[in-house]
Amino acid sequence: MIEFWGLFKQNRGALIGLWLVGLVGVVALLAPWLAPHDPTEVFAEALKLPPFWAEGAQAKFLLGTDDVGRDLLSRLIYGSRVSLGIGFLVVVFTTSVGTLLGLFAASLGSFVENLILRLMDILMALPSLLLAIVVVAILGPSLINTVIAVSIVSLPNVVRIVRASVLVEKNKNYVLASKSFGATWFHIYVKNVLPNCLAPLLVQATFGFSDGILNAAAFGFLGLGAQPPTPEWGTMLSDSRSFIESSPWLVTLPGLCILIVVISFNILGDGLRDALDPKTRRI
Amino acid sequence: MALSVLKKFLTVIPTLIGASLIAFALIRMVPGDPVTNLLGERGGDPAVVAEMNQKLGLDKPAWEQYFIFIKNACVGDMGTSIVSKRPVSEEFWSRFPATLELSVVSMVWALVLGLPFGILAALKRNSVLDYAVIGTSLIGYSMPIFWWGLILVIFFSVNLGWFPVSGRIGIEYDLVSKTGFLLIDSWFGEGGFLAFKSAVKHLVLPALVLGTIPLAVIARMTRSSLLEVLGEDFVRTAKAKGLSHYRVVIIHALRNALIPIVTVFGLLFGSLLTGAILTETIFSWPGVGRWLVKSVEARDYPVIQGGVLYIASMVVLLNLVIDFMYMWVYPKMRSK
Repeated sequence: MIEFWGLFKQNRGALIGLWLVGLVGVVALLAPWLAPHDPTEVFAEALKLPPFWAEGAQAKFLLGTDDVGRDLLSRLIYGSRVSLGIGFLVVVFTTSVGTLLGLFAASLGSFVENLILRLMDILMALPSLLLAIVVVAILGPSLINTVIAVSIVSLPNVVRIVRASVLVEKNKNYVLASKSFGATWFHIYVKNVLPNCLAPLLVQATFGFSDGILNAAAFGFLGLGAQPPTPEWGTMLSDSRSFIESSPWLVTLPGLCILIVVISFNILGDGLRDALDPKTRRI
Repeated sequence: MALSVLKKFLTVIPTLIGASLIAFALIRMVPGDPVTNLLGERGGDPAVVAEMNQKLGLDKPAWEQYFIFIKNACVGDMGTSIVSKRPVSEEFWSRFPATLELSVVSMVWALVLGLPFGILAALKRNSVLDYAVIGTSLIGYSMPIFWWGLILVIFFSVNLGWFPVSGRIGIEYDLVSKTGFLLIDSWFGEGGFLAFKSAVKHLVLPALVLGTIPLAVIARMTRSSLLEVLGEDFVRTAKAKGLSHYRVVIIHALRNALIPIVTVFGLLFGSLLTGAILTETIFSWPGVGRWLVKSVEARDYPVIQGGVLYIASMVVLLNLVIDFMYMWVYPKMRSK
């Protein structure tokens, strides 16, 4: 752990990523105190006000207001809660289920392995956004259903990564030693092998965050994700599409927020990977 | 070799059956049904509903419907769209060229820019150019493309008026589509060069948007893969032999660096459809992605199960081709 932190600290990208992610996290945590207004409060007398750098702006609404008169800055700040929340839930779900499936696939013999891998092949062969759209259509559009849909389509990645690293570990001597002592499956795989596979899993989880946030925003954009008046960035963006010419900031700013958060997680992920395993510099 | 090829082919079958089964089952689990959708909210009288259900074969038990679907699919009959009453295969193949044209153009520009910039960044490591490539590609693959598309529309279409906002070709050109690829059709069609220009103009922004993530991934991948190879012993040997820098990089290093790029390229192409759904929505591009999404809304069962089976087959076959290419390029893989 200390060794990892040492490597991590040396990696400038990783540190920048960590700072950025931390910053977004703080904004999300302190949203009620940071936001000047309630994100759903309607100011009927202040519709589509421009942000502070444009003419006609009001100091009360730093980044302007949307088409029903809600403060954009407050909605963006609260939006970070929604996005991070989705990312977090997606990562928790895919990592836990994916790790179990990956472990099973690598350790329970060829029948189970084939079954799980074929299942993942099927998931990968289906167009992921379409699959997610159908899942949301079945469950109904809402935030939690977005999480379920996005998690299902990002499952194969985690399963593959866990299986691959367990397969490598499985042939090492310590596993053989453990086996020869008559250790149980649980003891060998969960207690001995799994901790050694954490590095790639951690990296994958970081990228899972950015993927989850991006996919959830795409869902919001298609009108399938968070429902109004939840301040979700993708939904905000798509709701303002018709005012793109008259009030472009309503489209520009939420998208910029998505981009910044996703970039932060990607930088962190890159840094983690380089720190944990300098040899595997894949995509 | 032949045996492993055959084996790989056989693993495709359960995948496709699974994919079609999931598509078949899921679309039926969506609340609402095509007949109610067609007849409107109030529905018709129950006798009409029953008759339509019978005509569409929806009154049979689900497993029987699935078997009929698979049986027909095996001989190339994917059923008939409930909404348009046209065969699903015809509908699919009339839209697929639009999506393919868009995808191919996006991938081409992603490769044409991504490869050279990746190579340059790797050769000039830690230079300004290198950092620029790393930074730009970081932004590129973090990009919410639905937003990116809108931004480009604001800038290039609304403000500058350079490119049209939607569609595939100007409405003044009444093309008889022969191949479905408008770039080809318009080139040889009556509209002449102007029609071709119009088709190109319509294609620029969608292709730019759809190609953004592949471009970023390819540039990054090329850079890191080439860097890795440049550190290997055989490159040092080649240099020590006194070969020219150009020869070492292009012939010795790049060839080996291309292996992971080919894999990623295949994966990207397969996942392009997700991007295509978003891109087609933004630019009203008449492709497969938008058609499928609309069919989910209309609960058009045959379209969904047929369309998904087509796409799944393509993805699976593409991956298979890449596997074979891999074996061919990289002999070590053959033994596995």
